[in-house]
Amino acid sequence: MTDVAIRQSAAKAAPLPLRLAVRDIQGITRRNLLRIIRTPQLLFMSIVQPAIILLLFRYVLGGAIRVPGVDYVDFVVPGIFLEAVLIGGMTTALALAQDLQAGIVDRFRSLPMARSAFLAGRTLADVCRSVLALAFIIGLGLAVGFRFHTSAGACLAGVALIIAFGYAFTWVYAAIGLAVKDPQTAQMAAILPMFILFFASSALVPVSTMPGWLQPFAQNQPATVTINAVRALFEGGPVFHDLWQAALWCVGIFVVFLTISLNLYRKATA
Amino acid sequence: MTDPRQAERRTDAAVEVEGVTKRFGSTLALDDVSFSVQPGEVLALLGPNGAGKTTVIRVLTTLLKPDSGRARVAGLDVQKDARTIRSMIGLAGQYATVDELLTGRENLELIGLLYHLDKAVYRHRAQDALDRMSLTGAGDNQVKTYSGGMRRRLDLAASLIGRPPVLFLDEPTTGLDPRTRNDLWQFIEELVAEGTTVLLTTQYMEEAEHLAKAIVVLDAGRVAAQGTADELKDQLGGNVLEVQVSKRADLEKAAALIAGLASAPLRLDADLNRISLPVKGGARVLIAAGRALDDAGVELEDLGIRRPSLDDVFLAITGHPTASGNDPGNASTGGDR
Repeated sequence: MTDVAIRQSAAKAAPLPLRLAVRDIQGITRRNLLRIIRTPQLLFMSIVQPAIILLLFRYVLGGAIRVPGVDYVDFVVPGIFLEAVLIGGMTTALALAQDLQAGIVDRFRSLPMARSAFLAGRTLADVCRSVLALAFIIGLGLAVGFRFHTSAGACLAGVALIIAFGYAFTWVYAAIGLAVKDPQTAQMAAILPMFILFFASSALVPVSTMPGWLQPFAQNQPATVTINAVRALFEGGPVFHDLWQAALWCVGIFVVFLTISLNLYRKATA
Repeated sequence: MTDPRQAERRTDAAVEVEGVTKRFGSTLALDDVSFSVQPGEVLALLGPNGAGKTTVIRVLTTLLKPDSGRARVAGLDVQKDARTIRSMIGLAGQYATVDELLTGRENLELIGLLYHLDKAVYRHRAQDALDRMSLTGAGDNQVKTYSGGMRRRLDLAASLIGRPPVLFLDEPTTGLDPRTRNDLWQFIEELVAEGTTVLLTTQYMEEAEHLAKAIVVLDAGRVAAQGTADELKDQLGGNVLEVQVSKRADLEKAAALIAGLASAPLRLDADLNRISLPVKGGARVLIAAGRALDDAGVELEDLGIRRPSLDDVFLAITGHPTASGNDPGNASTGGDR
């Protein structure tokens, strides 16, 4: 009986069909979504954190900040939208490090599943959570006085860009989680890119108010470009220059960090 | 597409390890390890912590690339045919690698999906496995509510969802209470009766002897000995003389008096005031020992001769006892140490 089973399996040593790879990704995504739903406190925190930043800049600090030609609420809220998807991505680093430490990765790697499904399923589940957080923050933004001033199509394009940026950035966090391997360190390490990119950007104040040495970085870094594009899509104004740059950043970050993550995944467990 | 040359190279062994060496930095984890497991057989890799047992399992389950040597499962190379092998093996570990936040059923169904079974098949098998592992009632609870024994059973069930012809169990019973351990043993025996080939690792001689026909003794990354339990005992050649002294103070003295009779390193158990001494002869050695001890005025609690246990064999082969014989306060002395 054993022998028959061996011969049958040996006959199909072909590469994994795409259909099965997609099914593997779905399976892992579902597993991670269940994990997200079953740790509601973590889900709650990933929504509360950007909500606090939003309220802080709307009501506490916002009164002291003047941005010429625009209501500060309309200026700052699109930046907070981006922050909402960036902060969600941090749990990607944490969760991957946890899985590596728990040894469940060994089980997955001893199965005939598509190897990339482990990472793809993680990032897709996390982007779903980010979308939920984003929906909540958009609702809160509207409640505190933020308004869309353009067509529905442009607004949807802006939301899509935020999600695309959030997804691309999930792979940065994936690389961090796989590189440090330890859950606590992963969480601390993942704060860094979020802090640097979010605070040294046009999210909260115009870049022109920053010191000269910081401006070249702040003006051209991916978060600024993306926030500028999103603002233009929501509030009007010239959009194309920032939009194509933001799209390039998304694709670039995605491709580079996908490659790094896959390599790290292969090494981390071998 | 089957390559005829590949078919030619195929051997009958379910698992074949040939001169496998693996180095981690300056540590030689596996040093020229060779053994094979026949289809439908249980082989136990026996050795203390750090002997390289898990490394062998990781190589055979395609998780780790050996530095040199060859490893084959079902006649297929673990490096070249990794994916095919993965569809034919099951792996259950010392650390139950199931998802805490999923239910038992969700864990099993996910593994079934990742084995690329049809949904109807893995759903059915998950229910089956839950029933078989006495987890029926707990199947829809999250694993974090499970006891250690339940987790281990679920882990084993997960490794069986693909109905693999070859099963790898890395210290399947370490840390389990005796009852749960016996349940697992019984279950492993059932699997073997159904034709599954099993390679298991253990630190416990008793477990190796109970489950496995073939035993490979691994020590510091090398194969120290291999054979059936009886063959290993025959290697020691002869019997074990056991002396229990009445007074702790007499232990060392008694050991010195009879050390000359030993055919391999003797063992002192300070807790039980007992000396275990591999010997070649039978009654004559017993009488000689009794006379020598009596002449010297050593008070005896007990004196006897018995067939060697695998613990004795392991000690004789590797120079140190197995985990089960490794009680604190256990001292071992020997002619060549």
